[in-house]
Amino acid sequence: MSTATVDDHHDEHPGFFKRWITTTNHKDIGTLYLLFSLLMFFVGGAMAMVIRAELYIPGLQWVEPGFFNSMTTMHALIMIFGAVMPAFTGLANWLIPMMVGGCDMALPRLNNWSFWILPFAFTMLLSTLFMPGGAPAGGWTMYPPLVLQTGNAFPFVIFSIHLMGISSIMGSINVVATILNMRAPGMTLLKMPLFVWTWLITAYLLIATMPVLAGAVTMLLTDKYFATSFFSAAGGGDPVMFQHIFWFFGHPEVYILILPAFGIVSHIIPTFARKPLFGYSSMVYATASIAFLSFIVWAHHMFTVGMPLVGELFFMFSTMLIAVPTGVKVFNWIATMWRGSMTFETPMLFAVGFVIMFTLGGFSGLMLAIAPADFQYHDTYFVVAHFHYVLVPGAVFAIMAAGYFWLPKWTGHMYNETLGKWHFWLSTIFVNLTFFPMHFVGLAGMPRRIPDYSLQFTEFNTMASIGSFGFGLSQLLFAFIVFQTIRGGKKATDQVWEGAEGLEWTLPSPPPAHTFDVPPVIK
Amino acid sequence: MTDKKATTVLRSSFIALAMFGFGYLMVPIYDVLCNITGLNGNTEIVSTQQEVEFEPDMTRTVKVQFVANLNNSMNWTFEPEIFELEVHPGQRIVTNYTAINHRPDAVVGQAIPSVMPGLASRHFHKVECFCFTNQTFAAKEERQMPVVFVVDPALPEKVEVITLSYTFFDVTETASVTPFTFEVPAGG
Ligand code: HEM
Ligand SMILES: [Cu+2]
Repeated sequence: MSTATVDDHHDEHPGFFKRWITTTNHKDIGTLYLLFSLLMFFVGGAMAMVIRAELYIPGLQWVEPGFFNSMTTMHALIMIFGAVMPAFTGLANWLIPMMVGGCDMALPRLNNWSFWILPFAFTMLLSTLFMPGGAPAGGWTMYPPLVLQTGNAFPFVIFSIHLMGISSIMGSINVVATILNMRAPGMTLLKMPLFVWTWLITAYLLIATMPVLAGAVTMLLTDKYFATSFFSAAGGGDPVMFQHIFWFFGHPEVYILILPAFGIVSHIIPTFARKPLFGYSSMVYATASIAFLSFIVWAHHMFTVGMPLVGELFFMFSTMLIAVPTGVKVFNWIATMWRGSMTFETPMLFAVGFVIMFTLGGFSGLMLAIAPADFQYHDTYFVVAHFHYVLVPGAVFAIMAAGYFWLPKWTGHMYNETLGKWHFWLSTIFVNLTFFPMHFVGLAGMPRRIPDYSLQFTEFNTMASIGSFGFGLSQLLFAFIVFQTIRGGKKATDQVWEGAEGLEWTLPSPPPAHTFDVPPVIK
Repeated sequence: MTDKKATTVLRSSFIALAMFGFGYLMVPIYDVLCNITGLNGNTEIVSTQQEVEFEPDMTRTVKVQFVANLNNSMNWTFEPEIFELEVHPGQRIVTNYTAINHRPDAVVGQAIPSVMPGLASRHFHKVECFCFTNQTFAAKEERQMPVVFVVDPALPEKVEVITLSYTFFDVTETASVTPFTFEVPAGG
């Protein structure tokens, strides 16, 4: 395509500093985000290994209970804010301008800032591990009054959350500005690829909820150091109010962690089924309704705080309502595969795995949504099983699918298909070995966030631990495949995949630093 | 930056700022909601201004249970004189709580009441209560503290048991900085 001619007369060989530190190029920033996310994935993963090593058998073997609790808290914060969210932002950076036919993100300098805030935020968060009183240990949900007992680490945690929030808000404003203003002529809203749509909606969710989290943690900070009593009963406040504010952010946040994944899968499945996506517009409307509903279901995390009956009923039914648009999506993916001429390259394997295992997580979510049943399930391993099913074989598998799917485009090299398939099957077997038994111990009453447990839970915990070590090791294979592909490999064609459709596949592989300087025309 | 882009950026930033404000706005909203409905079981912490005089409804009895809690690490004993009473709505009831400070120094305590079921809290009127002000206990002091209350006859029929619970908080530190007062009925 003429618009995609190599255009490297400016900064052909920028130095390392210019290329990576002060860069304003969406592709380089995308790469930075993705590499940062991979690093955090391993840091958070190492913490998960500590957790599972301790839970391998009952009793206290390796770590102090306080440190164990720091591990669960830090693992969650790092995986959510350091691994999954930056991975999605990295993908947005790389893909959105290419998918809508724009030359870059709308606000390139802001883009540089959004990324470079993150290493500082996480250095600050990780530094709390070495502080007197230890890293935060009250859970990623930071409920007062427990969280107010955090030692010197407390203000550092709060400020690092502020920084992460600022970074995501800036990133989201950038995404919105890009999508609304940088589209090529002819690319109407309802012609946008689904990844772009899901990100547009995610960006609005982020803009609307991250500030609420910032407010909530600021209130914690002033409660601890400036004698306010937002959440202190002695001063006329109410600790339960924190939970309302937190989950008003928290539930939309879980959709922030999954909507871009829906977008990714909606690209991969049609490509390998060699059929257009079934029900494009219903996908867009389903995404929008999920986003809307996500604001009115938050108290399903709080069924046990003593809400009146009407509250329980409202939040129970509104939560179940979300299953409807989610079901529409699953239906559409299956309908897309129906009678397609399917092949199962690694991205497709991960995408199909996503559809099946994410749906399993959705089912356990529905069980938790039944208010009377949740009194039994709440704060047990059943909840842990639920959210890991939607987040690991859900969000993380989608991110890996995206990695395999677009890596040949980004690097110009095909990854090693055999190793990719190994990575998929090992991950799938081990992820289920890790998280499936958690349903059983959860139903039997094993509480979450404890370093020790009663004897009857031993077998399932040992299985989960073995699964998690296997899963952790398998991810080293992923890192290996990615670096191998960056360094070399079979040359990828421009279209890369036979069934691939969309503007990004019309560009050379790898694309030159500047693409679509002259916007393409969409028929 | 083009005008259109600037508008998008300004609008999005405005939403972000507004939502930060909304996070704080949730605090008064929550307070007001809870005060109107009593959803979270918070009852008036100041005495009901006008005298509550009702015609006692001798045909109906409601069980009132009394609970006493201490916030953690408070070296006190705190308990109700009686754990349970059968009362007629509209009757004026007096009961006592006893507290002992085991510490060798003075402690300022503040009791925070809570009524279950939450929706009954609007119909539970405390005429006199040690929770209306903070309570200074000298070293090793023991004291009986009365509670006078009336259950409103308008209490919904289906409520048969009301639990009144108090939690004592050590507010010695904050109390010495600023005198501890509840200017507005604390809800939230
Ligand atoms: C059909 C859709 C879903 C339903 C009905 C649902 C329902 C629920 C309910 C009721 C809880 C609270 C359980 C408890 O604490 O007792 C919960 C927890 C959770 N869900 Fe879901 N969920 C759904 C989808 C998702 C998705 C897509 C994600 C993220 C990608 C997610 C992530 C989480 C997380 C992280 C928690 C636990 C939070 C915590 O306490 O740490 N859920 N879910
Ligand atoms: Cu939720």
